[in-house]
Amino acid sequence: MSSSTGPSEPNHVLEFPGGYTRSVGPVIGRFLSELRDGRLVGVRTAGGRVLVPPSEHDPDTGEDVTGEFVGVGPAGTVTTWSWVPRPAKEHPLDRPFAWALIRPDGADTALLHALDLGVFEEGAQPPKFLKTGMRVRPRWRPERTGGIGDIECFQPEVTLINAPTRLEYELRGGKALRRFLEGIAEGRILGHRCPVCEQVIVPMKGLCPRDGVPTIEEVELPDTGTVTTFAVNNIPDPRAPEVPFVSAYVLLDGAGLTMLTLVAGVPADQVRMGMRVRAAWRPREEWDRSMNNIRWFEPLDEPDVPFDEIKDYL
Amino acid sequence: MRREIAVVAFAQTRHSGADEGLAEIEMLAPVITEIKERTGLARFGFTCSGSCDYLAGAPFSFVSALDAIGAWPPISESHVEMDAAWALYEAWVKLLHGDIDTALVYGFGKSSQGNLRSILTQQLDPYHLAPLGIDSVSLAALQARAYMERSGVKEDDLRAVAARSRASGRGNPFALHLPEPGADEEYDVAPLRPYDVAPITDGAAAIVLAAGDRARELCERPAWITGIDHRGEPHAPGVRDLTRSEATRLAGERAGEKAGAAGVEVAELHAQFSHEELILREALGLGDDVRVNPSGGALSANPMMAAGLIRIGEAAARIHDGSASRTLGHASSGPCLQQNLVCVLSEETGASHG
Repeated sequence: MSSSTGPSEPNHVLEFPGGYTRSVGPVIGRFLSELRDGRLVGVRTAGGRVLVPPSEHDPDTGEDVTGEFVGVGPAGTVTTWSWVPRPAKEHPLDRPFAWALIRPDGADTALLHALDLGVFEEGAQPPKFLKTGMRVRPRWRPERTGGIGDIECFQPEVTLINAPTRLEYELRGGKALRRFLEGIAEGRILGHRCPVCEQVIVPMKGLCPRDGVPTIEEVELPDTGTVTTFAVNNIPDPRAPEVPFVSAYVLLDGAGLTMLTLVAGVPADQVRMGMRVRAAWRPREEWDRSMNNIRWFEPLDEPDVPFDEIKDYL
Repeated sequence: MRREIAVVAFAQTRHSGADEGLAEIEMLAPVITEIKERTGLARFGFTCSGSCDYLAGAPFSFVSALDAIGAWPPISESHVEMDAAWALYEAWVKLLHGDIDTALVYGFGKSSQGNLRSILTQQLDPYHLAPLGIDSVSLAALQARAYMERSGVKEDDLRAVAARSRASGRGNPFALHLPEPGADEEYDVAPLRPYDVAPITDGAAAIVLAAGDRARELCERPAWITGIDHRGEPHAPGVRDLTRSEATRLAGERAGEKAGAAGVEVAELHAQFSHEELILREALGLGDDVRVNPSGGALSANPMMAAGLIRIGEAAARIHDGSASRTLGHASSGPCLQQNLVCVLSEETGASHG
């Protein structure tokens, strides 16, 4: 669009080849010299205000400023900003960025500069964390020449770190789980019956968590059951189908405890408490000794179980 | 008593959003011809123009525009490298001197020929601003953000300004006829969307001023300039309160004499961005009963260097046509409303002149 980019093939160019040389005078010259040395300074007015960038005259009174230069910032506060979703070729950054007026600490006026907030795709919306009041600092160029561009841009102060977190283990599940997974590897779901309460515990733990007694009597359960309760998940998980997906507690038929599993094959908003489901096994050639053999549970074409029959298993 | 001076004629091009293949002088000449015919004047006591050589990229391009006027034998002439509203101010001062009775003022600009945004970067402070490459829209967006945070105005309020301006512009044969702002237009420079930014426009305009009885001869209902003033603020955006237009407030007070902008029925504001209209309304104390930019304003047609003069011309035209008795024209120049001119016009010559 010509309104923002101008002619694509200009046939007339207005240019000072090599640039236009300007003298800067003692006040701006000091500012630029300090910039080259990696320092940000302002100049004090007779009224005591600190102007950054410095000017030769107090904008309020027109009087000459004092000769006193004051180190400011370099950290500062954003007083207003605008967001450039599609940078022009004249702009200092080639990815979306903000312009900001930044009042360096110790200054009474604001400096205009670009504010780099990281990597964004062209056309991006302004990020939510970009706000008036944001604390920012300059990013200095390593090679400085004495110009406003010696500050490449400003960037936010550090408010977060991202620390690496990884620990490695080799876990073994214990005897009861090993036996349960042996069953799964054969396409069978095994549980233990408690000798006291007679409920079937699946996956078994070798103990009844209710009665605190060892369990040894193996029972094979069908791969059908009832959803007792569930949650709709909107955060992706590598083990799950696409978001939103449903994780649910399923009470296998004949079991006395629920299992946490995925429910799929039905839109998330159609999953119900009391819904009848069956395990969806992966193809047999993909089986191993893990719960991955059951991909998830899918709806059965059966009437829902009344709430009264599942309310004690929630 | 100060000399009575009025806008007695106003003419403008049918503005264009794209280059129509006319040289600047070819665009300007019909407007000059029209205003000469309307007033019956072939020569003027003084001629003053506003234009910007950078728009054409040619030095002294304003000189060649004089060919449209007819400058032989030599005429009394001047030029400002600003919006022609400031040329009108110079002509008004010249008329106050009392040795001439008429003045021709004109402005023209073809923004379609280059990249206006980067051209306007060249008007910025060359030490701290221009080297950053910041453009006019990015600067305006900084002001919009600051104003919205101070006032609580939301993006939808800006859109409403743009929608009303464009609707009015569609009723103005000289403006660009722009569609209703889209509901899902992406940001240009946030918080501004494309409709919040005045369109690139080519165009020209001319006004004839006349004093006293000469004005009454030339125009049935002269639009008397009862007050005119202009004020500038510091150039550096970081030393100003961007959320207010102090220059406009002061100029408005001075131009409106003791009455300020009170009693104005129509205000033509040179708002080149939708939020600027809201800042200007506040600075001038315009109530909801004032019709703002019935022409569509700069958001419907913004020929650079003429758009401010057009605001005064439109405000005067409302008096010429009898639809208002007291109006206001405003012009702006520089980044973020840095300089502002306010001209109050009336069907009465005004008794408050001291």
